[in-house]
Amino acid sequence: LAPWVPVVGLEIHAQISSNSKLFSGSQVQFAAPPNSLVSFFDASLPGTLPVLNRRCVEAAVMTGLALNCSINKKSLFDRKHYFYADLPAGYQITQQRVPIAVNGSLSYSLCIDNKMNQMVTKTVRIKQIQLEQDSGKSLHDDTRSQTLVDLNRAGVGLMEVVMEPDMCCGEEAAAAVRELQLILQTLGSSQAVMAEGQLRVDANISVHHPGEPYGVRTEVKNISSMRFLAKAVDYEIQRQIEELENGGTILNETRAFDSKLGCTVPMRDKEGKQDYRFMPEPNLPPLILYDTKSLPANMNHQQVINIDWIHERLPDLPSVKREKLVEQYGILPEHSFTLLNEDGLAEFFENVVKQTQMKPKKVIGWILQDLLSYLKQHSLSVKESPVSSFLLADLLNLLEKKEISSTAAKQVLAELWKGEGKTPLEIVKERKLQQLQDQKELEQICQAVIDGQENEVIMVVLG
Amino acid sequence: QVSVALKEGRVTPTELCQRCLSLIKSTKFLNAYVTIAEESALKQAEASEERYKRGQPLGVLDGIPIAVKDNFNTAGIETTCASNMLRGYISPYNATVVQKLLDQGAVLLGKTNLDEFAMGSGSTDGVFGPVRNPWSYSRQYKEKSVPKSHSEDKESNWVITGGSSGGSAAAVSSFTCFAALGSDTGGSTRNPAAHCGVVGLKPTYGLMSRHGLIPLVNSMDVPGILTRCVDDAAVVLGSLAGHDPKDSTTIQDNFKPFELPDLTDVSKLSIGIPQEYHVPGMSSEILALWSKAADLFQSAGAKVVEVSLPHTRYSIVCYHVLCTAEVASNMARFDGLEYGHRSDTNESTESMYAATRREGFNDVVRGRILSGNYFLLKQNYEKYFIKAQKVRRLIANDFVKVFRSGVDVLLTPTTLSDAAPYVEFIKEDNRTRSAQDDILTQAANMAGLPAISVPTALSERGLPVGLQFIGRSFQEQQLLTVAKWFEKQVQFPMIQLEEVKRHDHDVFQDQKSTSFS
Repeated sequence: LAPWVPVVGLEIHAQISSNSKLFSGSQVQFAAPPNSLVSFFDASLPGTLPVLNRRCVEAAVMTGLALNCSINKKSLFDRKHYFYADLPAGYQITQQRVPIAVNGSLSYSLCIDNKMNQMVTKTVRIKQIQLEQDSGKSLHDDTRSQTLVDLNRAGVGLMEVVMEPDMCCGEEAAAAVRELQLILQTLGSSQAVMAEGQLRVDANISVHHPGEPYGVRTEVKNISSMRFLAKAVDYEIQRQIEELENGGTILNETRAFDSKLGCTVPMRDKEGKQDYRFMPEPNLPPLILYDTKSLPANMNHQQVINIDWIHERLPDLPSVKREKLVEQYGILPEHSFTLLNEDGLAEFFENVVKQTQMKPKKVIGWILQDLLSYLKQHSLSVKESPVSSFLLADLLNLLEKKEISSTAAKQVLAELWKGEGKTPLEIVKERKLQQLQDQKELEQICQAVIDGQENEVIMVVLG
Repeated sequence: QVSVALKEGRVTPTELCQRCLSLIKSTKFLNAYVTIAEESALKQAEASEERYKRGQPLGVLDGIPIAVKDNFNTAGIETTCASNMLRGYISPYNATVVQKLLDQGAVLLGKTNLDEFAMGSGSTDGVFGPVRNPWSYSRQYKEKSVPKSHSEDKESNWVITGGSSGGSAAAVSSFTCFAALGSDTGGSTRNPAAHCGVVGLKPTYGLMSRHGLIPLVNSMDVPGILTRCVDDAAVVLGSLAGHDPKDSTTIQDNFKPFELPDLTDVSKLSIGIPQEYHVPGMSSEILALWSKAADLFQSAGAKVVEVSLPHTRYSIVCYHVLCTAEVASNMARFDGLEYGHRSDTNESTESMYAATRREGFNDVVRGRILSGNYFLLKQNYEKYFIKAQKVRRLIANDFVKVFRSGVDVLLTPTTLSDAAPYVEFIKEDNRTRSAQDDILTQAANMAGLPAISVPTALSERGLPVGLQFIGRSFQEQQLLTVAKWFEKQVQFPMIQLEEVKRHDHDVFQDQKSTSFS
């Protein structure tokens, strides 16, 4: 059987972290009472006009720069028409002709064969980033044959990040999205929490034989977590391979991932191929961005965005942060990945290092093995840890000073988890875990043990 | 002059308001108004009166009764666009231009009638019925019209106002208000102005805010101003123009209201006569009037030159494509979900949409939506929409070239003939009529240029005829200065309405001055 080459591309919608929506002043907030954050424009009341939110543009520029894109100094807005209950105007304002950023790349890392110490770096090309409106939410109440529409989300700013089909499997897709998520969170341009709908991923998947043209692709939607992303992609690849090997064909269709069944199913195809009747948005002039060279002399600072200015102020991206951690603390690259992978863990680690004499190379073990595994076991975030960095540092100092053994330290840690407010020293005293340093005392204890176990000693001496 | 009268206390705002309101009632047969906001108008008048008493009027417009076309949002007042789709729709906010007028103390009498969603050139296709041209009832018209038979209904040969801002034009023409807002997308302010013998100003695109104006074609719509004289138009323009942060298509530059000089010397002026505007179907009367006007400028010392706008003949078709495409898009929001008419159909969301839109829109609107969507289809987009945009650019460039060659202002007729009798007008459908009637006016919308229709003379039938001046972008001051000079030369007669005479002599006296500036 000829080998199959799976091809995976992604369309990711990230909700922009801003106070107000992309084209109107209503607030952006998760889980607010239905229809409480809807301005006249969001509800598409006749006569209302869009006004572009500066913060949203800045967020898109930051993201474009972080993903090595060229920022288009002139980009345009378009209307994409379709009828749906959660789209009050009957069209979405998006950037179809000329988006704000193009031609970037994202590097991400994978463990080979699940071995943490064998990481490989991959790159996926970023086709473009475009600004567009989010839609409202519709909830179908089948029992009462009605649809409930909540427009709170209608008009919230989105960045659509399009990743070229450079990925080959679920693991790669998940790793790429994970890295994007970290970048967005570092920039602050999106909080990118999948569970809150701030990061939505659609996958485009096809398979072909090497040397042959790409196969027909399907689009997979309704993926609600990173884990499901990998599953959905892998399932669909498998499904397509089986279908083709059995002589079938792949339809160019949209499929939904059913998380309960772990498979993809065709989505209810309402209108066949949609013609979105794209048209320029006449109420928004072209978006013009400047850099230091092109910035006119007496331009009102409030009215312009300077790309260079934003570039200068970008925070360290995750890849840079990892490098710095490895360099500064002498930890392994895979450690730096884990540190950045858990929200707040890197900070925790650095705080402990600051407060202890123990070498970072040793501290990392306590962080990644003891602390992290405990947190995982109890489904706690770093923020929720009953053991603070101060307490852990305190404990590690005792260990470093050889006042306790490492076995004892683990026992103290187990006690600390209870969060009863005791200090490590208190627990040590309570449980009499102090390590004896005094040579003479140790000799006496050993002697006493030997004396008390005469038979065993004779057995040992005799060999 | 009425503004002065208010200031001097010769008349009070409430008196003025009440007179206008009662005149509206006695001219009800004109069907110019859709909604009359009696209570709020009186309150506004009272507040204005207080200010005058304290000697602190807000400005020239304080206490002046105005009317607004029913496609502008007015908070707390029904805004229907003369459509079933928005019947009963109470706006929750004021359009920016409405707000500006109210902030100046103007008294909003009510909302005026129009073609449904401003689509039409007769003000005959709205759900509240057609608007009647006040001149139908003027002595001038009646004297000239020959009754065909004794038993003929006197009312049956009334003429249309033109459109789509017919209600606003009729309201100003019949003295029920001193100024009115219309909208102009293809000539909708200038056309009815010409037919009703009033001044109709279309400002440069981007000068006045469209926030709150329910859009027809976003890239061509502008709010229009209808008044009884050019000076008044300048005053209203002064209070309405300027950047609006709520409308991203308004220019950022600071706008300075201007006073119109009384031009005496036109020798430095260059008037352009576009040869392509000499179109078939134009009445010989209008041709003669146009010629006479050109001669008037020439003998007064101005340079009058024939110019060419070669792409004029493509403008109607180009307009049709771009207009219907934008209409199709703008009307997509009317789905019955959030506001407006909603059909009772319960089967599915889609069937509800379809029924709502079929019930809510008239044939004209539906026809344009279907055409527009056709042009926007992927396979047609390049061929029609993109092509039309390119042609639009050519049309706009025609004007740029002409103005660059030294011409200050263009002079053309506004309409092909005087107002048609309603029974004649409705013999052709809306699309045909629009295509015919828009031909002289809509190139200015394509190019975004300012244009004004000035009442010039009465036709043989005793009906008003207007001529149009088209100016350079944002050069309203020059445009209006020329228009004012012309207005003074032609001395257009005042309408002699029996209803008005009978009603209240005083009102007539006050309004004889036909202006409030």
